[in-house]
Amino acid sequence: MSKTIFEISVPGCKGVTLPPRDPDIPLDEIIPQDFLREKPARIPELSEIDVMRHFIPLSQKNHCIEKGLYPLGSCTMKYNPKLNETLVRNPAFQNLHPLQPESTLQGTLQTLYELQQDLAEISGLDKVSLQPAAGAQGEFTGIRIIFTYHHSKGNTHKHKIIIPDSAHGTNPASCALVGYNVVELKSNAYGRCDLAHLKSIVDDNTAGFMLTNPNTLGLFEDQIEEIASIIHSVDGLMYLDGANLNALLGLVKPGKIGFDLMHFNLHKTFATPHGGGGPGSGPVGVCDKLAPFLPVPLIGKNDKGYFFDYSHQNTSIGKVHTFYGNVAVMLRAYFYIRTLGANGLRRVAENAIINANYLMALIKDYYHIQYPEYCMHEFVADSTWQKKEYGINTLNIAKRLLDKGFHAPTVYFPLIVPEAMMIEPTETESKDSLDAFAAAMIEIAQECKENPELLHNAPLTTPVRRVDDVLAAKLLDTSFPIKD
Amino acid sequence: MPYIPNTDEERKQMLEKIGVHSFEELIQAIPEKLRLKKPLNLTSPLSELELTQLVNLLASQNIDTQKFSCFLGAGVYDHFIPAAVDTIVSRPEFYTAYTPYQAEVSQGTLQYIYEYQTLICELTGMEISNASMYDGATAVAEAILMAVRKNRLKKAIISPTIHPEFIKVIQSYTAGIGLELIFCHTKDGRIDIDDLTSKMDENVGSVVIQTPNFLGNIESMNELEKVVHSNPKTLLIVSVDPISLAILKPPSSYKADIVTGEGQALGNNMYMGGPLFGFFATHKDMARLMPGRIVGATVDVEGKKAYTLTLQTREQHIRREKATSNICSNQSLCTLAATVYLSLLGKEGLIEVATQSAQKSHFLAQEIAYIPKFSLCYPETPFFKEFAVYCPVPAKRVIQDMLNKHIFAGVDLKPYGYDENTLLIAVTEKKTRTELEEYANALREMHYE
Repeated sequence: MSKTIFEISVPGCKGVTLPPRDPDIPLDEIIPQDFLREKPARIPELSEIDVMRHFIPLSQKNHCIEKGLYPLGSCTMKYNPKLNETLVRNPAFQNLHPLQPESTLQGTLQTLYELQQDLAEISGLDKVSLQPAAGAQGEFTGIRIIFTYHHSKGNTHKHKIIIPDSAHGTNPASCALVGYNVVELKSNAYGRCDLAHLKSIVDDNTAGFMLTNPNTLGLFEDQIEEIASIIHSVDGLMYLDGANLNALLGLVKPGKIGFDLMHFNLHKTFATPHGGGGPGSGPVGVCDKLAPFLPVPLIGKNDKGYFFDYSHQNTSIGKVHTFYGNVAVMLRAYFYIRTLGANGLRRVAENAIINANYLMALIKDYYHIQYPEYCMHEFVADSTWQKKEYGINTLNIAKRLLDKGFHAPTVYFPLIVPEAMMIEPTETESKDSLDAFAAAMIEIAQECKENPELLHNAPLTTPVRRVDDVLAAKLLDTSFPIKD
Repeated sequence: MPYIPNTDEERKQMLEKIGVHSFEELIQAIPEKLRLKKPLNLTSPLSELELTQLVNLLASQNIDTQKFSCFLGAGVYDHFIPAAVDTIVSRPEFYTAYTPYQAEVSQGTLQYIYEYQTLICELTGMEISNASMYDGATAVAEAILMAVRKNRLKKAIISPTIHPEFIKVIQSYTAGIGLELIFCHTKDGRIDIDDLTSKMDENVGSVVIQTPNFLGNIESMNELEKVVHSNPKTLLIVSVDPISLAILKPPSSYKADIVTGEGQALGNNMYMGGPLFGFFATHKDMARLMPGRIVGATVDVEGKKAYTLTLQTREQHIRREKATSNICSNQSLCTLAATVYLSLLGKEGLIEVATQSAQKSHFLAQEIAYIPKFSLCYPETPFFKEFAVYCPVPAKRVIQDMLNKHIFAGVDLKPYGYDENTLLIAVTEKKTRTELEEYANALREMHYE
């Protein structure tokens, strides 16, 4: 294991030098001694090459998209185009302060304005705010909009939001943060919303319905029109969790099939990097009647150019970010949309769907699939056969995949499929790459039979072997004990 | 087709293997009438060369802080970033990975987060840091929610000198739980301690103070802390500038309970305000109440040191509506930039950044104070790298006039509820003495009446 950066520190070493002090005023003449730190913070001291030789080997311990397939379901780990990385590093984008006069921000403002328009067109919704910093914050923003809409109409009694049992955990957590009660909707035998159950729980207290479509089983909710009409009949609002929008690009506009609002995950659908867990970006799109409630500011355009539009601030839910959200992520998404155009985006959805179905066809004889029908951009296999026959569970299979050079799928989710493995290959994988992943999965199925010990011990070839999570929670060692 | 490797021939082979004749058979589940009948109305696709040309044109419509001299702050700062930061952050192994769900192939990400957490603890003096939040505003909002989880008290006192945009975000985040937000008065650009004292009662769950505050002034935390903790249940939440902690007392020294702040200044480009990242640190006995991801050290089956995401039972993917937060991501790559930045600067380098920022800002403040009709708003109050100036004309006009001289003069405080003649000026180590003198001269030559 690599030493920590604190263990390789050498007193007096410097990685960067600043110009000499000019003016040089003694600190205690400008800031009272009372406020000054007595003992300097023990920041490690290293030369630049020491720093490089610490972080570059660390990077090599990561799996990443450019090493191999990264089939995390509902995460859309597609390739991140290098062009977008180069373009976003233009100093004229990097070195902009958020409070500069608008006249000096016109290039970035135009880009964001056009991105708002493009996302509105892609979603079939009327207006878009780019402010939320991530998908979960997009959800929070959307649910706050629902809350504010109902309260603006005096409907303060609407206290519940309905969410399917297959939903991402962020959905109920976001609703709780806004103050809603969450009512869980059952899935039916076909992996879709159970309409009879829905009818039994919808009433005048229903503020809205949060749905992922395609859902986390990778299935299109084909009763969407009826669901929307049930929810709308009690003046509830239909929220789309846009995590799986990749499957719908150019095929379906959410705003035209019953949804009133949604969030986008720019880091999933629009190829911006996931950054090891962020920054992402979670814009929110709404229909006209919800537009007055969007966060402020939006990016507007008039005859003088582009500007921060606060015109709806009296009705707005307010703000969810100090400034305007994760601008550098938005720029990349704009570059991506400009590169692909309408046909390219539709082609993305088609190939994402074909890749997922192809992969399912390759492994379906080896792994149980609870909902065996054509899927959208992802599907859920499971290890119930392997568990029953050989005592091998999904965790073991996931870890063995790491040995074979692949990242594991999303595991044990959705919760309604026991031993779930949620697989989303994305459109940027080639047929060869899918063949190789399927071959690894089939090999593992074979190993379950012939050498189950191998699976219990996996992974064997990774930078560390299976990690003790229980001990981590017990130790709660979350920072290095720096020595003086 | 860009970024889609499969040829039409391969696509055909794949459809055959699936057992269908056309793509349309795969989307039978989508009712025919819901499907789009015509292509999206987007501009035509651009080649790499065309896009580069378009983007260069767009970028040329911006005027950035390399072209004009920047004295803007208010939460986002133009500090120097060493070249090696971007070299490391640009490694695909770091930026194309996701949340380290599979620890065995994510040790790189996990270890730098552990190191980042250590650095935040060292700067703040606290015991445990999370893996970061979206920005300084959400970090402080989540801190207030955490205080409610801890003591169930539904009143929070907010210092009037915290960033006004933080207040808006706090209002968004706390509206749902019916928290009562109480605002104190200011005195000399700081929280009025007598007013705070009068507003304290047994139902106050937290007091939120920013230092240096929105106006750049350093709050008297030792005295304020005693007032806050006059109710033993009340938690002291602070929002701090991490650069300032190189030379200012760490929040642990004044018994802060939760320490948050905006981390952008640590090695992250401004990008018109995002991405930013918020840091969040507290005492270990409140670890299970914390929001966000946390990395912990452990061992693998061979006893080798390893890192993993820990205390996950607090989080939304397990606890759903009972989670401590809805947050799923952190701002991982921004914390990597911060970790590399701090490693390159080292102990002395960070002190140098903070010291030079303080020296240069005080130098400029003195210069401006000498200009007829200009004055410092709070001449008796200590500040760090940012200060408010009272101008003889509206700040908006000063900003426009200075813009003509290629200077971003500062932030107009009028939109934040201050007098229209107040201008907030930030100075970092990047400014040369010449730039400071040019600023003062430009202002002097305006000859405002």
